[in-house]
Amino acid sequence: MSKSVLVDTTKCIGCGSCVIACKETNGLPQNEEKELSADTLNVVQSRAGVFVRKFCMHCQDPTCASVCPVGALKKTAAGPVVYDADRCIGCRYCMMACPFSIPKYEWKLALPKVKKCTMCAPRQAQGLPPACVEACPVQASIFGERSEMLAEAEKRLRENHSSYIQHIYGKDEVGGTSVLYLSAVPFEALGFPANVPHDPLPMYTYRVLSKVPSVVTVGALLLGGIWWITNRREEVVHAEKGGDEGVGTEGKGRRTKD
Amino acid sequence: MTDLRRLPRITFWRAVLALILATGFYSTILRFSKGLGAATALSDKFPWGLWIGFDVLCGVGLAAGGFTLAAAVYIFHLERFHPIVRPTILTAFLGYGLVAVALLFDLGRPYRIWHPLVMWNPRSVMFEVAWCVMLYLTVLALEFSPAVFERFKLQRPLRILKAITVPLVIVGVLLSTLHQSSLGSLYLIVPSKLHPYWYSPWLPVLFYVSAIGVGLAMVIFESNLSARAFGREIEMPLLTELSRVMLVVLAFYGLLRFQDLASRGALRLMREPSTETLLLGLEVLLGLVVPLAMLLFPAVRESREGLFAVAVMVIAGFLLNRLNVSITGLEASSGAHYFPKWTEISVTLSLAGAGFLCFALAVRYLNVFEPPAPPARVECPAEPDRASAEV
Repeated sequence: MSKSVLVDTTKCIGCGSCVIACKETNGLPQNEEKELSADTLNVVQSRAGVFVRKFCMHCQDPTCASVCPVGALKKTAAGPVVYDADRCIGCRYCMMACPFSIPKYEWKLALPKVKKCTMCAPRQAQGLPPACVEACPVQASIFGERSEMLAEAEKRLRENHSSYIQHIYGKDEVGGTSVLYLSAVPFEALGFPANVPHDPLPMYTYRVLSKVPSVVTVGALLLGGIWWITNRREEVVHAEKGGDEGVGTEGKGRRTKD
Repeated sequence: MTDLRRLPRITFWRAVLALILATGFYSTILRFSKGLGAATALSDKFPWGLWIGFDVLCGVGLAAGGFTLAAAVYIFHLERFHPIVRPTILTAFLGYGLVAVALLFDLGRPYRIWHPLVMWNPRSVMFEVAWCVMLYLTVLALEFSPAVFERFKLQRPLRILKAITVPLVIVGVLLSTLHQSSLGSLYLIVPSKLHPYWYSPWLPVLFYVSAIGVGLAMVIFESNLSARAFGREIEMPLLTELSRVMLVVLAFYGLLRFQDLASRGALRLMREPSTETLLLGLEVLLGLVVPLAMLLFPAVRESREGLFAVAVMVIAGFLLNRLNVSITGLEASSGAHYFPKWTEISVTLSLAGAGFLCFALAVRYLNVFEPPAPPARVECPAEPDRASAEV
């Protein structure tokens, strides 16, 4: 049920039809850009003598969705990672955190939104493939179930051993992504970050956040205990002195101190 | 002194403050009419800059003296520090208040700042920071409110506050522990982007310990400035004691940091000359090595000027560390250079200036430095008026 896009960069001819289709579908200005931006959610780049298109990887355990304080980004069961502009407060943590640096911002607007590819979630809801996949004249990008796309990718790697780097980018990176790439040249040369871990990045904060409840409970006990211990010492001193200020503490056992 | 001559004097610092606030005013108009792109040097490659790196990360850390000193007095019962609690709480309260204002500038949609109250994502460190900071700001307001209630002689609220002081302080320490460390945790999510000099699985602990250290340095710093500005005696014996604690905290931080860098193989990188190496060196020298060396001498710990110098260095080192984590360490992977626009700087300086101004106003109109001595331990239920007025 979780859909994926397989991008085979060895087939891309750099025509840019996917870029035009994306801009049409999303109502974006048709200016040609070299990098992703608030106006360009899908871009074709020329690197290492090869054409490669870049867009949101739609991670299985998306970093952006995990860091958003108000849950404006969510991974859907259908596959796309979608953005709810009504929730977003504009903190831009998603931009900071994304290992692929995908989310972009409408810096020029007084009421800005985060912008990124949605894998055409609205079109998918109607049973259509993403506009970029549909527009590709050579089927460099294909669309289907993640398991199918992985199987197809592995088949191509097997059958054309020498034509490809033997790696499917997105299979395991950051716990796996819905967008998968095949390439004849090293992925780093295409501008993909090489050092992303295979653990989903949200694990890195989960390891710490999961300790919060125990910090609170242990801490409260510790502080309360220290207060109690150091408090009693002074009571004892006063009792031994004979108590010059009259009757001891009031009923609650707590002293009023400034 | 006749009342006719009560116009404020124009001193150098007041002129500087006026200039800063004027530029800040212009920048504010620009930020809210033309957006973040016009008012800042932020970009898609560098979405977080001075307002997060300095105003939030440094601002929250510099206010850490509030919880450490409150804990010392109310939980550890170290009564002798009582005279410096209230100005420290005021510094903390103003500090956190200014962080909230800075966020209103930095957020793309500041009118939605209340969203985390009703839209929850507990997996997000930022969600946790937002909640802790909101709650802690409330705690600080309550901890400082006795100064206001005393001014207006409102006994009932004063009594209620005195009754809840200890639980309030405990909650304050817990909240502070959580969010001071969480500011470091914010950066756990970028292992492939943040430079190894500053990326560490220990970021939350490092941020927490350094916050405690700089909180103490801020107490020394603020005490010195207040003494000069308001013509007060400085409480040297207390500051000397605090400096010994600061020495231990700095040593502990230094050890943690060194072990962390060594175990991740980051020290090897220091052989290559680079901007990062230079800035790490500066951060360690200024914030750790020199202050530690100086604090080892009792003569320094007992000298007002010596302690002030140490405090300034520790604060500078702390600021550099936070800026290195949030800006320097991310530059290489971002493929961009970030330096704040003058408008960003003017907003930051204006907020700091406003903080100084509010502090001075509070000192003038409220009892900040001489809170009434602790009331008699007994409160006679029949005579409520005596309890808070008498020594």
